[in-house]
Amino acid sequence: MLEILDYAFMQRALLAAVLVGITAPAVGIYLVQRRQAIMGDGIGHVALTGVALGFLTGTNPVWTAVLVSALGAILMELIRWYGKTRGDLALAMLFYGGMAGGVLLINLSPTGSNANLTTYLFGSITTVSPQDVVAISLLAAFVVVTTLGLRRQLFAVCQDEEFARVTGLPVRTLNLLLAITAAVTVTVAMRVVGLLLVSALMVVPVAAAQQATRGFAMTLALAITIGVVVTLSGTVFSFYRNVPPGASIVVLAIGVFALITALAAPLAKRRAGRVAAAEERCTLRDDVLVQSTARSARS
Amino acid sequence: MKAEETRESGVTGESRVAGKSVAGESGAAREESGVAGDPAADPISLRGATATLGGRPVLRGIDLTVRRGEVVALLGANGSGKSTAVRSIVGQVPLSGGELTLFGTPRRRFRDWARIGYVPQRTTAASGVPATVREVVSAGRLARRRFGPPRKADRAAVQRALELVGMADRARDPVSALSGGQHQRVLIARALAGEPELLIMDEPMAGVDLTSQEILAGTLREQVAGGATVLLVLHELGPLEPLIDRAVVLRDGCVVHDGPPPKAVGQHALPGHDHVHPHAAPDAEPIRTGLLT
Repeated sequence: MLEILDYAFMQRALLAAVLVGITAPAVGIYLVQRRQAIMGDGIGHVALTGVALGFLTGTNPVWTAVLVSALGAILMELIRWYGKTRGDLALAMLFYGGMAGGVLLINLSPTGSNANLTTYLFGSITTVSPQDVVAISLLAAFVVVTTLGLRRQLFAVCQDEEFARVTGLPVRTLNLLLAITAAVTVTVAMRVVGLLLVSALMVVPVAAAQQATRGFAMTLALAITIGVVVTLSGTVFSFYRNVPPGASIVVLAIGVFALITALAAPLAKRRAGRVAAAEERCTLRDDVLVQSTARSARS
Repeated sequence: MKAEETRESGVTGESRVAGKSVAGESGAAREESGVAGDPAADPISLRGATATLGGRPVLRGIDLTVRRGEVVALLGANGSGKSTAVRSIVGQVPLSGGELTLFGTPRRRFRDWARIGYVPQRTTAASGVPATVREVVSAGRLARRRFGPPRKADRAAVQRALELVGMADRARDPVSALSGGQHQRVLIARALAGEPELLIMDEPMAGVDLTSQEILAGTLREQVAGGATVLLVLHELGPLEPLIDRAVVLRDGCVVHDGPPPKAVGQHALPGHDHVHPHAAPDAEPIRTGLLT
């Protein structure tokens, strides 16, 4: 088991995997809470243009992807504000444009090919370079500081935007910050999980965690734990079986979701039964009944 | 905490008297009420407000003033514009005309949101991620401390708010497990956690069971006794009727009545039912303390 740590590329891949496992659910929980689970998917499509732009200009695709996907995320957020009725069509344009632009640009570039693109679409453990690790670590630090440091503020905004505005929170700024953080997370995750499956890692650990939790803080903690477990084990599995890590990570995550759902269902049932029983005890009707029967027994 | 104390001591005196005065009184008398800060400023002053939703005029020039210490009910049928009026006051709906000042400051320059506690209309749609009662109520405290970790005073305020609405024992339960009435109490606790001077509530009694209605009325009574100003959107006066100083009735986006609450019907209209004002004589109104704790 530990011999895989002898390979430098595996050390880098596992480090990247841990960072993805932490950051993707940490951002994803806010998107799920705001019912925007699909937003990560859209950013992933747009980021593809950024990756291709990196190949075309000869810069590290991680940085160009951050830039383009952040712009895309801001655009999506603006569409959410202003494009109430035609919003979904505008978003669709953005998704398809990002995908098509990426394929177009990478085939125009001298070094890029569809084969390179595939490693970005589904992830790859062998291609995480030392420069990538530095970039991923810096970006992950930004995501962790934002999502955990502004936990209460982002929770308030995503839980009830209308109320958050009346508390005086800078709601628009926080929404934009969240969009940018989601974009940064996509680029952190794209080397390991791949752009097409990034969104799954943002959503599935959260969906799995909330089957078993009652509060936001607990859901966040459990989702991150699940995220780290599946990214690490998925990456190790990919090393032995030579499959794209994105695929094995996401299949594992869905497996954990199914497992927790199966285990939590009877638990929730029992809890609901307990609450019902407690409420039954609190009614006065029994006392009245007892007193009246006692009285009638006396007379 | 300190702010609240000054507020209470300042408000219990003359300003409460001013608050209960009839609509249309001149501002000069109120200016003498002696509350520190901005003594003359009405918490809410809406003048000639117009608003449109989707091209349809919803507010067609309404005037609405809520004075310090007053409890004002905004009444009207569905579609009369009462919710839009309240939502424009808290900045959710932009006004297309007219002017709005909050505590004497034009809405555009108003930043002192901690003075306002907002209870939005309860939606039945469940949130995506579970949240405990305490987590939701704590969000209301952000009005006082927007950034930075919560301190002891913040946690105490949240606990107090939970106790006020009788939900302290459910603090660790997910909000999704609550009944409609309990959920409404949580939303009110969230507004109270910021220790506001002005409470704005949109249909707080809609879909609320009898127990919760009584607890809500009791909570509101305590807030009013403590000097809070309240603006309520209501479908009907109901159990809150004895608390209300003034009613503003909207119809088709216009004010059609501004004055004493419309004549009550039903149980409240029966002979022998004393309409006792809670500020005037708190003892006259039986306070069922058992429900409040």
